[in-house]
Amino acid sequence: MEHYTMNLTLKVWRQKNATSQGSFETYQVRNISSEMSFLEMFDVLNEELIHEGKEPIAFDHDCREGICGMCSMYINGRPHGPWEANTTCQLHMRAFKDGDTIVVEPWRANAFPVIKDLTVDRSAFDRIIQAGGYISVNTGSPVDANAIPVEKEKADMAFAAAACIGCGACVAACKNSSALLFVSAKVSHLALLPQGAPERRTRALNMVAQMDKEGFGSCTNTGACEAVCPKEISITNIARLNSEFTLAGLLSSNK
Amino acid sequence: MLDSKIPAGPLEEKWTYYKGHCKLVNPANKRKLEIIVVGTGLAGASAAASLGELGYKVKAFCFQDSPRRAHSIAAQGGINAAKNYQNDGDSVFRLFYDTIKGGDYRAREGNVHRLAEVSVNIIDQCVAQGVPFAREYGGLLNNRSFGGTQVKRTFYAAGQTGQQLLIGAYQALERQEALGNVQVYSRHEMLEVVIIDGKARGIIARNLVTGKLERHFGHAVLLCSGGYGNVFYLSTNAMGSNVTAAWKAHKQGAYFGNPCFTQIHPTCIPVSGDHQSKLTLMSESLRNDGRIWVPKQKNDPRKPNDIPEEERDYYLERRYPAFGNLVPRDVASRAAKERCDAGYGVGTTKQAVYLDFRFNLINKYGRAEANKLGIHNPDEATLVRLGKEVVKEEYGNLFDMYEKITGENPYEVPMRIYPAVHYTMGGLWVDYELMTTVKGLYALGEANFSDHGANRLGASALMQGLADGYFVIPYTIGNYLADDIATKPIPTNHEAFEAAEKAVSDRINTLMSIKGKQSVESFHKRLGKIMWEKCGMARNAQGLQEAIQEIRALRKEFWSDVRIPGEIAEMNPELDKAGRVADFIELGELMCLDALNRNESCGGHFREESQTEEGEAKRDDSQYMYAAAWEFKGESNWELHKENLEFEVAKPTQRSYK
Ligand SMILES: Cc1cc2nc3c(=O)[nH]c(=O)nc-3n(C[C@H](O)[C@H](O)[C@H](O)COP(=O)(O)OP(=O)(O)OC[C@H]3O[C@@H](n4cnc5c(N)ncnc54)[C@H](O)[C@@H]3O)c2cc1C
Ligand code: SF4
Ligand code: FES
Repeated sequence: MEHYTMNLTLKVWRQKNATSQGSFETYQVRNISSEMSFLEMFDVLNEELIHEGKEPIAFDHDCREGICGMCSMYINGRPHGPWEANTTCQLHMRAFKDGDTIVVEPWRANAFPVIKDLTVDRSAFDRIIQAGGYISVNTGSPVDANAIPVEKEKADMAFAAAACIGCGACVAACKNSSALLFVSAKVSHLALLPQGAPERRTRALNMVAQMDKEGFGSCTNTGACEAVCPKEISITNIARLNSEFTLAGLLSSNK
Repeated sequence: MLDSKIPAGPLEEKWTYYKGHCKLVNPANKRKLEIIVVGTGLAGASAAASLGELGYKVKAFCFQDSPRRAHSIAAQGGINAAKNYQNDGDSVFRLFYDTIKGGDYRAREGNVHRLAEVSVNIIDQCVAQGVPFAREYGGLLNNRSFGGTQVKRTFYAAGQTGQQLLIGAYQALERQEALGNVQVYSRHEMLEVVIIDGKARGIIARNLVTGKLERHFGHAVLLCSGGYGNVFYLSTNAMGSNVTAAWKAHKQGAYFGNPCFTQIHPTCIPVSGDHQSKLTLMSESLRNDGRIWVPKQKNDPRKPNDIPEEERDYYLERRYPAFGNLVPRDVASRAAKERCDAGYGVGTTKQAVYLDFRFNLINKYGRAEANKLGIHNPDEATLVRLGKEVVKEEYGNLFDMYEKITGENPYEVPMRIYPAVHYTMGGLWVDYELMTTVKGLYALGEANFSDHGANRLGASALMQGLADGYFVIPYTIGNYLADDIATKPIPTNHEAFEAAEKAVSDRINTLMSIKGKQSVESFHKRLGKIMWEKCGMARNAQGLQEAIQEIRALRKEFWSDVRIPGEIAEMNPELDKAGRVADFIELGELMCLDALNRNESCGGHFREESQTEEGEAKRDDSQYMYAAAWEFKGESNWELHKENLEFEVAKPTQRSYK
């Protein structure tokens, strides 16, 4: 792969803490290699800021392999930047060219308040899982793993839904800040497996109720979430959630 | 004297005997007992959830913004279990034996046998939780093979096994949180253990959002804080992985076991430049289907696909015909280094070898699919097309990751790979009950010195983390807490809490007041370079002695010239990192000391002074058949304690994979 270096202008959201007013700051970065990752470019900038006696930019990251779901930058108007099916940490600088201006903001949603600079609070997602995103089994001696055969196709679909990394890009992309793609991925993962069947009804109802309580908006089917999801979680999961939800509602009102 | 507390009796009955005879805590008393769990990876999440289910009051801590993001999430290839679903001759004994042998006879038989026994329960438990492991068309679970074994016992979920297992444990944890049995403290970092009357009774943690120090009481403290591979700066670990929790415990009296035992993984994406912040693993499972080679000619300028078959050196298949590409990691890593050092490396840096999928893509998968579809005499293009679909299902996420990082398509061109630091077999010394040398202080998962001896086999860390958390600690902690049921929670204004908090706060103030010129990152990079060059894949006495001096000098420089911007009472990632790097520097010195002391080669520890004529590692059982447990005695001062290892069942032989 041919590589090159570039000079860039960055416009980055700076905000001291949750209560302060934030604003954009402009930075010039030079000699950035096309082989760097986007976050390595931020490392370079931060080292320079420290050197100049300024405060480095706070951002969330950990695995830098696209799997922990921690990184979360809104780059040029798109969560995780320009590449398809990609996380911020896996975005590489060959996506940009010399002279580009890049605008970087935090996720914006009422349910994800900014903590500092590009870091937001996503604990609402944990509370949605607490509302029912599990199968109620204790550690112990369940049946032999092969006692419950699962159709391969269903197992594969459950896996595809379970691949969600809980990053919140779907919320950041949605004009209503809906978390439905995230919720539907978990509901689908568990509803598609026989082990998850006993709690299907309550799970869908409780998780959606918690989502509403956290202040996420409602879904108007724009599909913006699916387009930016780094794990290509399909919007068909939302359809499955809706039918689970309707079924659950019907069954509980028949009680 | 170190007492490993291995139960008496025949190897295969020890654990059953222990479970039948350990002390129990009744349900009413459990509710009065509080347990602190530091870490929410596979070890911590499984422990916290299981202990919460039993009725203990649990507090769990992690430094990420959610327990689901612990480094375990990144594990790729799979988890071992002696299920023998493939009918290929596997058994608990064989998994035990492979693990002992793979670890080059530097692990405890009793622990490893227990691990092999509970491995089967782990798979059952995870499936019950809804972990979507890969399945066959008949609906049953699928397996793949991993290095160092000749059976297929690895369960997997594409290249995302750690993610799926951790999500399972995380969901169990969140369920306990909803039920009020566990309270999770995210974005919190444990910075000290509080010891009262010789027993661990709590921790000091820093809230990473506000910078405030907090005191938390527990009748017992579990450290599940992961490994310390980031002491090398570049490793496959997540950026935040660190040794701080274990190091604080070490300085409070917990012995550190085999600190120099580091695993260098053979298949990682090579370094591309000075900006590199971490290295990315390409799962060992790829060695099932990828063949490793270099050109037979030095500095061959041709593109890999232009080099004909007979001009390629499949050096692992050549040197180790019995195991071929599936030799254990330490062996594969050294072999790659040997070829590159000899001038046969590839790529711009010449520090890489090829991992090539074309052969199996066509011959294994392509042909099998063609047969299934009834295509007779398929041409190569058809085989490639069909093979690609299967390879995509098995490893799609890994191939995508490779392409994103390198810009090359591994379905078409062989991957370029090189060894990188990956895992640490060393860690806090623990006895059979997972207790450190401090009473009531336990270590689980990668944080303990573990069951892997001098080298861990692939797919065995996930197994060990979950074994410790789901199936071992729920029993062993009861045996300790049963004597503690009368102990009331100790108020956190106790003088020991006061003193511990003051020590933490003083250290932070000192760090912030240095106001030097060099960034934390620059110190970390320099430490990493010393460690990689002198305590990395090959070590010798002279290099290690130099490294110790260099590290001491680096420590001085750090404490007089580090620059940490920002303030204490706010979110300050540079300050978090500074504390961790300061601990890594101290650990680095101990690792070199341990490597210097162990003048033999075993597993991942290769002392150049101790090798066979063919350049294979040479163990010295007469001198070093022990686990080294180091006691902290003060700055740059440690005392070595030896736990002699006895092998009653798996008799040590020179490891051979030929
Ligand atoms: C890329 C990669 C792939 C791997 N693939 C495999 C595989 O296929 N199969 C296999 O068996 N093994 C694999 N491993 C190894 C395996 O993933 C790890 O050994 C294992 O997950 C460690 O789990 P753990 O629970 O011990 O620690 P971790 O998952 O590292 O969790 C540590 C936890 O401790 C917390 N923590 C640490 N310090 C503090 C502190 N001071 N205060 C508060 N919290 C703290 C962290 O927040 C985190 O929650 C892989 C490793 C890597 C790097
Ligand atoms: S659904 Fe996709 S975008 Fe939303 S949290 Fe999950 S992985 Fe992220
Ligand atoms: S840092 Fe883990 S997904 Fe980006």
